[in-house]
Amino acid sequence: MFTVRKIFLALVITAFIIGCSSSSSDDGPSGKTDTFNRGALLTNVADNIIIPAFQDLSTKLSALKSDKETFVTTPDQTNLDALRVSWLAAYKTWQYVEMFNIGKAEEILYYFQMNVYPVSTTDVEANIASGSYDLSHINNNDAVGFPAVDYLLYGIGADDTVILGKYADVKYKNYLSDVIDQMLSLTEIVLNDWTSSYRSTFINETGNTSTSALNKFINDYVFYYEKGLRANKIGIPAGNFSANPLPEKVEGVYSKTFSKELALEALNAVQNLFKGKAYSSSATGQSFSSYLIDLERMELVTLINSRFDGARQKLQVLSTDFNSQINTDNTKMTEAYDALQLAVVSLKVDMLQAFNINVDYVDADGD
Amino acid sequence: MNFNIKTYLSKNTNAAPLAVFRIAFGAMMCFSIIRFWYHGWIETLYIQPKFHFSYYGFEWIKPLGGYTYLLFIICGVSALMVAIGFKYRLAIITFFLSFTYIELMDKTTYLNHYYFISLLSFLMIFLPANAHFSVDNILRKKTYENVPKWTVDSVKLLLGIVYFYAGLAKINSDWLFKAMPLKIWLPSKYDLPLIGNTLMHQDWFHFAMSWSGMLYDLAIPFLLLYRKTRIFAFALVLIFHVFTRILFPIGMFPFIMIVSTLIFFDAHLHIKIIGFLKYILKNRALNFTLAIRSNYNYQLRKPVIGLLSLFFIIQLIFPFRYVLYPNELFWAEEGFRFSWRVMLIEKMGISTFKIANAETNDFFYVDNKDFLTPFQEKQMSFQPDFILEYAHYLGDHFTSQGHKNVQVFVESYVALNGRLSQPFIDKDVDLYREKESFKPKHWILPFKDEIKGL
Repeated sequence: MFTVRKIFLALVITAFIIGCSSSSSDDGPSGKTDTFNRGALLTNVADNIIIPAFQDLSTKLSALKSDKETFVTTPDQTNLDALRVSWLAAYKTWQYVEMFNIGKAEEILYYFQMNVYPVSTTDVEANIASGSYDLSHINNNDAVGFPAVDYLLYGIGADDTVILGKYADVKYKNYLSDVIDQMLSLTEIVLNDWTSSYRSTFINETGNTSTSALNKFINDYVFYYEKGLRANKIGIPAGNFSANPLPEKVEGVYSKTFSKELALEALNAVQNLFKGKAYSSSATGQSFSSYLIDLERMELVTLINSRFDGARQKLQVLSTDFNSQINTDNTKMTEAYDALQLAVVSLKVDMLQAFNINVDYVDADGD
Repeated sequence: MNFNIKTYLSKNTNAAPLAVFRIAFGAMMCFSIIRFWYHGWIETLYIQPKFHFSYYGFEWIKPLGGYTYLLFIICGVSALMVAIGFKYRLAIITFFLSFTYIELMDKTTYLNHYYFISLLSFLMIFLPANAHFSVDNILRKKTYENVPKWTVDSVKLLLGIVYFYAGLAKINSDWLFKAMPLKIWLPSKYDLPLIGNTLMHQDWFHFAMSWSGMLYDLAIPFLLLYRKTRIFAFALVLIFHVFTRILFPIGMFPFIMIVSTLIFFDAHLHIKIIGFLKYILKNRALNFTLAIRSNYNYQLRKPVIGLLSLFFIIQLIFPFRYVLYPNELFWAEEGFRFSWRVMLIEKMGISTFKIANAETNDFFYVDNKDFLTPFQEKQMSFQPDFILEYAHYLGDHFTSQGHKNVQVFVESYVALNGRLSQPFIDKDVDLYREKESFKPKHWILPFKDEIKGL
């Protein structure tokens, strides 16, 4: 009886120790495979989607920079047109990286310095007038990036003659130059981090913890679709969150004709990532889609794709300029919003439930 | 066997098990309160939110701002007083009231085991847990060797109900024949050492866990009661709770259950524990001369027995109140709480609120993040009573902001146990006009599937 009790005591103590220590399980690299290889998913995403997209953005921003150099040297109509073309090309590529607010991008607040809109023209003009500014300061988040360039290339004058006239002033040249240079340098910082070190961190953090790259990446993806795409591009300007529509809040409000093109690019980026389609080819690899199929949720994959497709159709019937669409027939905008919202339900409720990932925001005991 | 209720009620048993239970309970509660504070949860759960979800009928119970900390101090100190048996009656009443107040402040944090603690501390108000090995003994200069047997048994009964009802709740088609929600939860533990990528995704393992979990809950009270199976049962208790602790973020609950289970053991074990504690205290405590009395006697024996009988009858009936509601229980959650339905459903939802003007039909959507914490939003999104309460809060808020003819609608989708999400609430019903009550909620859309079972 005495030994039984000792064994018993040992069992109790061991059990307690195991129980107490289990809560501290951290992101461990899981080299072995179970039914689904999450490392392969992250590797596909990093190597075939994220890094190529950043490389392309870097190339496009370099082109933008060189066109800008030409323009500030000779601010004429030809050079302005060329500059606008390279700005749009870079802006379209940007739609493929905005959702990757992870790693260095998150750390240096990259997104907030690239695409916060509407741009504050007051801040931009104040910066230009003073000639001294810290573009990375939080107060300047709405005075930099693509929206600021949109304003500088299309909005600072009533027509191109007036706009070109403004660039006789060196202060305008400097500001345009500084904003574009900063966009390129930030992008290179993020890209270099991916290619030098972050890639290996990213693909190895496959654990199911609130801080693992896999979970953050999935959370960021869903968050981007809901906020960056659905709300910012469509919902907010269409007045879904306010008493009246706010057409001045569309993306690219000064260039007018690109808001639809940008939104469609963003939707493609989201769907391509879901499918695991490579950025620069039509090859596909491990993805959210294949993960769901592995979890025997084919019907959910079909539903999500059909909801993305449905949203795309609703976007395609809109005017190229969302601002004018809102002013003429806002119903079509809210219909597009409703279609986008259906996919939010599928991603945020069904997909996240299927993955059962550890959410990063709820910190309390469960039942 | 001739069971005579009068003879049973007059039986006495050794006071040690109850004393050990009191010490363990008080100590764990005190530790739980400290742990809660340490994690910063007082701040994030009770101070930061702008709005708190109340239980129907308890809307007057709200967090107390900065004084909430004081409330936790009171609760923690009273738990400690319970542990050492100092002014026990006052301490356990204070603990029951302060702990229950804390739990009623916001139903976002509802957990079955918090409800269990409230019930247990209520029961303990009426038990002579300070009759033996307590500071009160020293103050009153007397100690008791025995207490009425039914007092110890009442704790066993409450524990038994928790287990057995949790087992009954698992007898349903989702749990037994689809292995849901374990089929969702277990594979996501792929990063556990050893078992992570060998067992967790196996189909047979999900079913084995579901079935053994159900059998465990149903059988464990009886295995613990029967002397010959007791050690075996306690080993099962250990394995089960430690395993759930590894798999799920369930905090203190497994430890509370493991330690509580000790009450099923013979007095010998508890006498040894007390002997051990006395040995530790030997050098520090003064020697007291205590008058040793044999049996503890209740002054208000009949009213107490009457009250506790009523308490247990309610406990036995209350979890079955769901049969009064026509909707699927797991879907509508009418009569779901306070019924030992633990780990039964994996539910996620999204609920988007629309504020409309009844005259002009203008509307806009609410960003829930403006009003709720992420945790509150998550809990609100799939529970109808939360949705209704929040709708009223929004209606009042926007009315006070000067909006006219405010109507509140919700577009809500919920996914239950791995089924595709489906519309949850009738989006054409103005929830601002609907009142909370115990009646079935007609604006919950019917569940488009069937879950058979108890």
